[in-house]
Amino acid sequence: MGTLKLLQGNEACAEGALYAGCTFFAGYPITPSTEVAEYLARRLPLIGGVILQMEDEIASVGAIIGASLAGKKSMTATSGPGFSLKQENIGFGMLCEVPCVIVDVMRGGPSTGVPTGPSQSDIMQCKWGTHGDHPVICLTPAYVQEIFSETVRAFNLAERYRTPVIIAFDEIVGHMREKIEIPEKGVLPVENRRRPTCPPSEYKPFDETKGDVPPVADFFSGYRQHITGLNHASDGFPVNASPRIHTDELRLIRKVEGNRKDIIRNETVTLDDAEVAVFAYGVSGRSGKNAVELARAAGIKAGLLRPLTIWPFPEEDVAALASRVKGIIVPELSLGQIVHEVERCAKGRCKVEGIFRVDGDPITPAQILEKIKEVQS
Amino acid sequence: MSFDYDQFIRGGKLPHIWCPGCTYGIVFKSLLRAVDSLKIPKDDIALVSGIGCASRLPGYVDWNTLHTTHGRALPFATGLKMARPDKRVLVVSGDGDATAIGGNHFIHACRRNIDITVIVLNNFIYGMTGGQHSPTTPIGHLATTMPFGNVDPIFNIPELAKGAGATWVGRGTAYHVPALDKLIIGAIEHKGLSVLEIINACPTTHGRRNKFRSPTDMLLWMKDTALPLSAFEKLPPEKTAGKFPTGILYKREAPEYSETYFAMVERLMKQKEGRAD
Repeated sequence: MGTLKLLQGNEACAEGALYAGCTFFAGYPITPSTEVAEYLARRLPLIGGVILQMEDEIASVGAIIGASLAGKKSMTATSGPGFSLKQENIGFGMLCEVPCVIVDVMRGGPSTGVPTGPSQSDIMQCKWGTHGDHPVICLTPAYVQEIFSETVRAFNLAERYRTPVIIAFDEIVGHMREKIEIPEKGVLPVENRRRPTCPPSEYKPFDETKGDVPPVADFFSGYRQHITGLNHASDGFPVNASPRIHTDELRLIRKVEGNRKDIIRNETVTLDDAEVAVFAYGVSGRSGKNAVELARAAGIKAGLLRPLTIWPFPEEDVAALASRVKGIIVPELSLGQIVHEVERCAKGRCKVEGIFRVDGDPITPAQILEKIKEVQS
Repeated sequence: MSFDYDQFIRGGKLPHIWCPGCTYGIVFKSLLRAVDSLKIPKDDIALVSGIGCASRLPGYVDWNTLHTTHGRALPFATGLKMARPDKRVLVVSGDGDATAIGGNHFIHACRRNIDITVIVLNNFIYGMTGGQHSPTTPIGHLATTMPFGNVDPIFNIPELAKGAGATWVGRGTAYHVPALDKLIIGAIEHKGLSVLEIINACPTTHGRRNKFRSPTDMLLWMKDTALPLSAFEKLPPEKTAGKFPTGILYKREAPEYSETYFAMVERLMKQKEGRAD
């Protein structure tokens, strides 16, 4: 039996980070994610860890990348405007293959927007926020318990695939308090990055002959290396020649896209015989679940596909669903972002209907139920 | 006996990217001699940079080296230092990288007094992008983005560092090389945030647009305008116009950030153990 606690989502995220072995956090105050930093500020120093309040969002992500290069599991947390500011250095982390975790507690935007209101309108920024082509892993938990376990999984994926991992949830789940169980140490797996076993003289930080995820050496460990945000050869030094840039960028994409089965995780509810499906993540997924239960009670064969991994996108699952249901309903707290991904994968095989809302309130189960009835008829 | 630079230079990584007449090579060699004299093991030192001509320096040195994003070397360096406070962390930056796009990080690293050595190679211009004016381009000088003469007021880097809380501030030049070796040694040896501004020359994008007929003219300008602080201070204000002081300009003792932080950690962990008993 683990420890039972009543925590808000942001606090559960901090607990998940600690469980996963995070010993380094850098952040900057921003609503509605600040509690992640506040919670870790009370905990990290007690275990010898580092908590830094940096001068800005850009510095926060720079600091966690620096710490990760020195071997620490590291994390930062932010919201909308701060997430925008972090993008350049997130791209550095992706190109330089630095394991770390970035939490985005989504609020309304653009600009200062609605700092205290929920939103799901950063979801395309999670995918395309930094410039250039790049691999993205982004997790979208919907419950306080799930924020804990998905934060542990985010660290594991970051270590396994040697890349920044984004956790995106919304203000409602971030601030909602629910009972959670923090399992005993050892119950959930905790992974560590693969480190080199070769002599330092033979080590190359981006050696593709060692697999799509080459081993990572820590700074100051005797494996002297050069890390640069320029496109680089396997030895880490800049190249600007064909075909290395192309093949190496393909490897970066492949290490995520080639492991979709390992990375993608969904929850499904009464989906097997469903005639109408709801595709929703985060708080909209919670409403979707309730709406599906109400529809079933009314005799409508409805089901839910709730992605816990939004990037890479669960293309196969959506495509399979589209070929056997009348329609897929996509409620999201934006003016329509992830719905385009669903349309892309459905390829016209079924109706795709969005429910969009950006007024600071969640989409209600009643709203979704109404749409289920409409699509069913 | 001549100094063996090869022991520090990564095989196959030269020639460097710097233009003929650029003074960064002089500073590079001075840095290697300084670190060698301090006997810091190669595995125990990291050199971090941002973007620009100066920021390409780490790639040539056989230490733990990190070439980051424009202006952001100090946050990455802060992460490294706080992850491994027992190691030496140096930052090399340019005038634009350190004080324009990286200005916020610069002043806050100074305020924290974290044990990082910041070496700012001031060549008065954005060289890599072809000669745009920077926060240190002299008033009246021509730059591609100030084609009628610079009207943008300038930063005095040592004064900025001092005002922000740096505990060791110095200035050297690429002309005064023996003095520069000593200044780099002093900056690294200081416990806390040290800022060393090194006056450099960019003949390609600054000098030739501004009546320096050759790179030599730019070095001679340094020779004529730099004065040791003691000499500078003795001159009446009317005679210091156009001159600048060099040497250790400011120094004080203050708690170093990583030491303060980990002293807190140690105290808290002891208290926790005490409670467990």
